[in-house]
Amino acid sequence: MSESAPRNQEFLSASSGSFIVGSMLIALLLNWLPWQGWGLALRPDFVALILLYWCTHKPYRVGIGIAWMVGILADVADASLFGQHALAYSVLAFGGVVLHRRVQMFDLRQQTLQVFPLLLLSQAIYATVHWQLSGHMVWEYFISSIFSAALWAPLTLMLQSLRHLRNHSGQL
Amino acid sequence: MEHTRSFRFFNRGPSEAARLVFFALLSLLLLFVDARFKYLEYARNILFIPVNALQSLATFPSKLWHEAGEYLITQTRLVQDNEQLRLNSTEQAAQLQQLQVLQAEVGHLRSLLAVQQRAEYPMQLAEIIFVERDIFKRKLFLNKGSSANVLAGQIVIDETGVVGQITRVYPWVSEVTLITDKDHTVPVQVLRNGLRAIAFGSGGAGEITLRYTPVNAEIEVGDVLVTSGLDGTYPPGLPVARVTQVERNPAYPFARIACTPLAGVDKNRQLLILTGLPKLPTRPETEVEKVVRKSPKFPHKTP
Repeated sequence: MSESAPRNQEFLSASSGSFIVGSMLIALLLNWLPWQGWGLALRPDFVALILLYWCTHKPYRVGIGIAWMVGILADVADASLFGQHALAYSVLAFGGVVLHRRVQMFDLRQQTLQVFPLLLLSQAIYATVHWQLSGHMVWEYFISSIFSAALWAPLTLMLQSLRHLRNHSGQL
Repeated sequence: MEHTRSFRFFNRGPSEAARLVFFALLSLLLLFVDARFKYLEYARNILFIPVNALQSLATFPSKLWHEAGEYLITQTRLVQDNEQLRLNSTEQAAQLQQLQVLQAEVGHLRSLLAVQQRAEYPMQLAEIIFVERDIFKRKLFLNKGSSANVLAGQIVIDETGVVGQITRVYPWVSEVTLITDKDHTVPVQVLRNGLRAIAFGSGGAGEITLRYTPVNAEIEVGDVLVTSGLDGTYPPGLPVARVTQVERNPAYPFARIACTPLAGVDKNRQLLILTGLPKLPTRPETEVEKVVRKSPKFPHKTP
């Protein structure tokens, strides 16, 4: 994977805006499914994962600005304060854009280890804002970043193959 | 990546760090404005329309599953239910007759004592459309909003007790904070002896705690808590919770009292919103406030 990744990257360079927007919408839908109880506590943050994927693979298309706007939508949906998700996702996107070369150098297993602290950081920001405003911390919330990081490899494989498929059908 | 970069060679815009600082400051500003003032509710209402559409799409499969389940109830189950309900209704008919007699008696006594008759509150039925998706909060959304004259602060009940309070109103949707939410409090009193206390949500699914109750307070396991009606937000006499555990440790100034809510806080689909509660007269000002108002030294401090 590590040798083939940069070559794949060249082929996959042309991915259209609609594909990016579509993947974001699907991630938002997955986040807004009626999760409850432990399912809610352990739910991986699909939106954060998709944002991080595009920030590391298309850093000139998807950056901090788009992450911020998606964060505002998430704030409206979760009835949290304006800016709470937006701040967390902006920092996540910054990490993704700055580290995109480094992440792409590694294979998927090592990428997961690189991505995990970024996801943890963005969750920590969200939880810290909540803690500052309401005065209590929910520790179970951090478990979900493990599940998010575990989902990185399958998600990357899936999106790479989808982009590959689109590229080939485009050429024909 | 190289060719992508060459396109952007001359015009790459501000650096990533500058962008991060800009958007982080913008977020912090929005957070501050949203937490302190209520200027952003209009923007929230507008953004809620597309979000609402996506959300209904996300909850559609589970709703379909729910409705299919209701459709496919077996006949034996229906027959059993019917028998049980008939039994219940005969039992309750007897109780109802007693209740009518008692009600008449109570009404007579009240009029004798010239006590103001407790009003029956107007209410409207609303249906739950989404439950909370955030682990930090215990909230749900109802399908009535400001277009149906729902106001923030109104009380939401089901047939057995208090469920929560409306905290935010959109045009067609309103947000309810449940009594189990960590930031929610209810003024209550013990039905058995009238002892007043304050019930705090615990953030857990089915738990409420009574804080600041002295160790020697007369509360036992099994006591029913009803709203006391103090401060006028909640009408008096609505059932809230039942005490399940009392821990009296003399090392602490207060007893640890755990209760479970009587209403099906996490169960029902239909809930009732109490609409027209009578306004209490405003609190008279204290002696200190009177002095401050009359004193010529503080001419601006008029209440």
